[in-house]
Amino acid sequence: MEQNKINLTIDNRPVSVEKGTTILDAAKSCGIEIPTLCHINLEGTCVNNHPASCRMCVVEVAGRRNLAPACATACMEGMEVHTNSLRVLNARRVILELILSNHPHDCLICPKSGNCELQTLAKKLKIHEAPYEGGEKSCHPVDKSVSIVRDMNKCILCRRCETMCNDVQTVGAIGATGRGFDTTVGPAFGLKLSESECTYCGQCVAVCPVGALTEVDNTGKLIRDLANPEKVVIVQTAPAVRVAIGEEFGYPAGTIVTGKLVSALKKLGFDYVFDTDFAADLTIMEEGTELLDRLQRFLSGDKSVKLPILTSCCPAWVNFFEHQFPDMLDIPSTARSPQQMFGSIAKTYWAEKMGIPREKLVVVSVMPCLAKKYECGRDEFKVNGNPDVDYSISTRELAALIKEANMDLASFEDSDFDAPLGASTGASVIFGATGGVMEAALRTAYEVYTGKTLEKVDFTAVRGLEGIRQADIDLDGFTLKVGIAHGLGNARRMLEDIRSGKSQFHAIEIMACPGGCIGGGGQPLHHGNVEILNARQKAVYVEDMNKPLRKSHENPYIKQLYEEFLGKPLSEKAHHLLHTNYFNKAD
Amino acid sequence: MKVVSLQDLKKIKEETESRMKLRNEGSLETGSETCGIEKGTEHIQILTCGGTGCKASDSAAIVDRMQECLEQFGVADKVEVITTGCFGFCEKGPIVKIMPDNTFYTKVKPEDAVEIVKEHVIGGRRVQRLLYVDPETNQPVSDSAHMNFYRKQVRIALRNCGLIDPENINEYVARDGYSALADCLLSKTPAEVIDVVKRSGLRGRGGAGFPTGNKWEFASKSQSDIKYVVCNADEGDPGAFMDRSIMEGDPNSIIEAMAICGYAIGAKYGLIYVRAEYPLAIHRLQTAISQAHELGLLGDNILGTDFCFDITIRYGAGAFVCGEETALIHSMEGKRGEPTLKPPFPAVEGYKKYPTNVNNVETWANIPVIFQKGAEWFASIGTEKSKGTKVFALAGKINNVGLIEVPMGTTLREVIYEIGGGIKDGKQFKAVQTGGPSGGCLTEKHLDIPIDYESLAAAGSMMGSGGMIVMDEDNCMVQVARFYLGFIVEESCGKCSPCRIGNKRMLEILDKIVAGKGTVEDLAKLEELALVIKDTALCGLGQTSPNPVLSTLSNFRDEYMEHVVEKKCRAKQCTSMLSYEIIPDKCVGCHLCANNCPVDAISGELRKPHSIDQTKCIKCGTCMGNCRLHAISLK
Repeated sequence: MEQNKINLTIDNRPVSVEKGTTILDAAKSCGIEIPTLCHINLEGTCVNNHPASCRMCVVEVAGRRNLAPACATACMEGMEVHTNSLRVLNARRVILELILSNHPHDCLICPKSGNCELQTLAKKLKIHEAPYEGGEKSCHPVDKSVSIVRDMNKCILCRRCETMCNDVQTVGAIGATGRGFDTTVGPAFGLKLSESECTYCGQCVAVCPVGALTEVDNTGKLIRDLANPEKVVIVQTAPAVRVAIGEEFGYPAGTIVTGKLVSALKKLGFDYVFDTDFAADLTIMEEGTELLDRLQRFLSGDKSVKLPILTSCCPAWVNFFEHQFPDMLDIPSTARSPQQMFGSIAKTYWAEKMGIPREKLVVVSVMPCLAKKYECGRDEFKVNGNPDVDYSISTRELAALIKEANMDLASFEDSDFDAPLGASTGASVIFGATGGVMEAALRTAYEVYTGKTLEKVDFTAVRGLEGIRQADIDLDGFTLKVGIAHGLGNARRMLEDIRSGKSQFHAIEIMACPGGCIGGGGQPLHHGNVEILNARQKAVYVEDMNKPLRKSHENPYIKQLYEEFLGKPLSEKAHHLLHTNYFNKAD
Repeated sequence: MKVVSLQDLKKIKEETESRMKLRNEGSLETGSETCGIEKGTEHIQILTCGGTGCKASDSAAIVDRMQECLEQFGVADKVEVITTGCFGFCEKGPIVKIMPDNTFYTKVKPEDAVEIVKEHVIGGRRVQRLLYVDPETNQPVSDSAHMNFYRKQVRIALRNCGLIDPENINEYVARDGYSALADCLLSKTPAEVIDVVKRSGLRGRGGAGFPTGNKWEFASKSQSDIKYVVCNADEGDPGAFMDRSIMEGDPNSIIEAMAICGYAIGAKYGLIYVRAEYPLAIHRLQTAISQAHELGLLGDNILGTDFCFDITIRYGAGAFVCGEETALIHSMEGKRGEPTLKPPFPAVEGYKKYPTNVNNVETWANIPVIFQKGAEWFASIGTEKSKGTKVFALAGKINNVGLIEVPMGTTLREVIYEIGGGIKDGKQFKAVQTGGPSGGCLTEKHLDIPIDYESLAAAGSMMGSGGMIVMDEDNCMVQVARFYLGFIVEESCGKCSPCRIGNKRMLEILDKIVAGKGTVEDLAKLEELALVIKDTALCGLGQTSPNPVLSTLSNFRDEYMEHVVEKKCRAKQCTSMLSYEIIPDKCVGCHLCANNCPVDAISGELRKPHSIDQTKCIKCGTCMGNCRLHAISLK
């Protein structure tokens, strides 16, 4: 063991680290925080961006001609590192001044203000003057898609987004173009994001240190609707929101604030506060039934049945396969996502029940996701141009809205969701974490397939943060082979194995974001801290444990919905309202 | 025919000997006796430069005209017209040489072909008007051996340029080509091969001067079934064309060297990364590769051994930064041409993550000779730490512009004044820029330093890949620094902040200074930026990019000070600081200047001295050009 240790000094402090450790990590281990901008390392999610390009982390290494980037320089035996020598401090200041010289100084109106790594650094290094004022600044048109706003004039070329889009997600929608001072990151040939293969997963936004990549802000629209007495405004909140929004109000990561969240939404003026979890239970009914239907037909020798069945809850994942795997459009489940099932049921079943005309009803969703903004605008989810879900706001937007209304989440008592679309089981809560949809489906599929009661509902084999996981599930003698992938790069690997016939799964769950929805592009920024993702994931399973009912098919309001309205899963009405079809977007 | 043994190689050499005999080094010394069909010469060769420079001056048409004339006069069976690579003396191109009497004709035009054929080739009389005239003695010089331009040169890397037909592999073989490869494959172990290169003391000619043998050794020690040998032919320094000339004039030397390296490090694949703007070099390389294939000198089981080696060409889009080896590798992989941090070095993780050895064209061209003549022979040339020769592209305000090759240790003064023939138009020498955009500007006081890696670096410049640009009193050093920095700003890949933004800001400060708006504080800011960029940029390009500014700031600080304090440009290059004025005593009031002034800045009564309204003047200089009485001065 000891042979693999490297001994060095950092700021005259002796440090002993594993071979291969960077100076940055070695310094961190002894409490020295070296400033970084481009570097981001999310261990466990395969995200490690250290292009060593911003040069903020430069340190002095005795005997070396020039300064070394701490993020990408490995410790060597006997190394003498200085992280705060005059030479280093001066270089860092000059580099930051340079970066700021090509960055707009409009922090007052920047959506990232207060949450901007560049701003934080400028404050830390006390940059109070602009020594290169008057110099040329980058000039790129702002590109606004339905989900993501790209303002490349604010880009500092850390290239985290590029790493995310290409190496992690393998989407390849954006990359560096141009060179020198004109370098920018974007789709090829200066195309807009909407003209690219972008899936709107929002992972680029999640890692952008500055205000170059932000979400489309729908809160202004929401305030107008809430203030309009003619409208009935209802809201649905996704499972992953409740375990993350607390962070924006000072709660430790992983704090479950469901009750307070409901109170805040009511206080904001929503007429009814519902839960996407209800629709998640509904999704399990449809998707689970579809799985069993395909499985039974397959086992009885029906050659026309395609397996594995793939989940379709994640809109970025849907975009991904529509763009990248157009030959496999018949494999995913046709079930709509919980957001869309909710909208569809709310504007039919519930609206009829309440006697609210469709055009007066505004359905808003609070999502950990930016692709949901795109999804609710898809034509197939509209009736005569009126969308089932009018628009979606992210966890971050909701937090900002609560703050804007002079409210603090902490000051609220817990409240319950409204009935009937607010009732849910533990199975639906775990949709927020990778593996959750599969686990929820298994809980229902087991009982439906075997006709027996499932005693142990925790399928721990499908949990975790490993990029690709697989498990054999015993359905009373029949071995159901399931696979799980999160992150689109892992999804691609899995899909390619299916295409080549290498993988033999019956069912696969795919989520576009690392960690699943808890790591979604609309969540509070984690700034590269993987512990935050772990804490959110843990919280999801705690919330599940706390629920009296933990199987979707046991949700009494779901049963009622089928009895009163839908008939049974995969009925004609269910098909019409809860299922969809996919399009080839490759051309 | 396939070459499967040393005997086969020798056979080709013998067969080609008769063709090559006329061009043997011995015949280069031929004195005054001219050859001619009428004088009984049986076999004459007309060598015409087929390099890109001379081709641009219509040398291909010279070849065609020569051939036509030979046929017309019925001597085509005794006279061959051969297109060679670059002779180097580009100032005087297109060059035509007559062999065996070694007559060197300069600035030949296609219409001169008939006279050369009639008078010289047939009649045996030199065409005097096409001979080079020595500027000192004013006497015509008939052969290159007696020209100052060539006298001090030692041509190792350029040994075959201007001598052989680069599109005929047999001529290369006749010059002992591929004998080094045969020697390595048949009688040396890979370790011995590396040892020879190490002992030769050869260092990378691309700029950084890393010992080539050590580089090979690192790559040989990396364990991998697949390894790559890469030729860096992404020559990009402004005005530099060393590598292009070698590729155009002697492509087989690169191929042979790469194969030797492949054997030494255990690589089967070679890649040549050449910029697409070098179509002739690409064509010659392609021809050489296919001819080597035909002879079995590339491909499987070379010379009957187990060694297999193949070379493919990859085209670069002309980004300067792709000369940096990691950027080059990324570009070859189809990725954006951007450098990445080393380590990992290419020798460990290179092309497609396999161990890769990258050497520059000129480095490769030295390799076969080292094996032919021995490591000790090579090490005996040059200085203690810099062995062998270096090719330079001599350019700027110098009489003899061209490509030269001198032993390491030759002084800048020898290069500029003896080989280069001194400064053009008798002007005063001011500076010499070596090392391209990453190099620095050296002054009069540096002229006697020997050219080697360490000395140039100590003087604040660098060897670089071999650009050498001479400047005279008419060059403004602030403008020179601005030119190079402008190049860097254009060519920066944009990856790291110091290079991407820092150089842009430096350029803006220089723009300000030449616009007459600079301050003394700007100089301090310039210096601070330059030092931080040098200290923090990611790659070699960025780290050396401030050199032109730093070296001019240190060597020509007074000129900078004049610009920012007195708002004066002594070289009269910064137009913002100049004023055109009419000398009343000389002006006769002809009104010609006023008639031609594009902005109506000049007024005055006819036949009375005129004057220029400085607020209107755009300093175009039209008035001065039009005044017949030199009544307009530039201050």
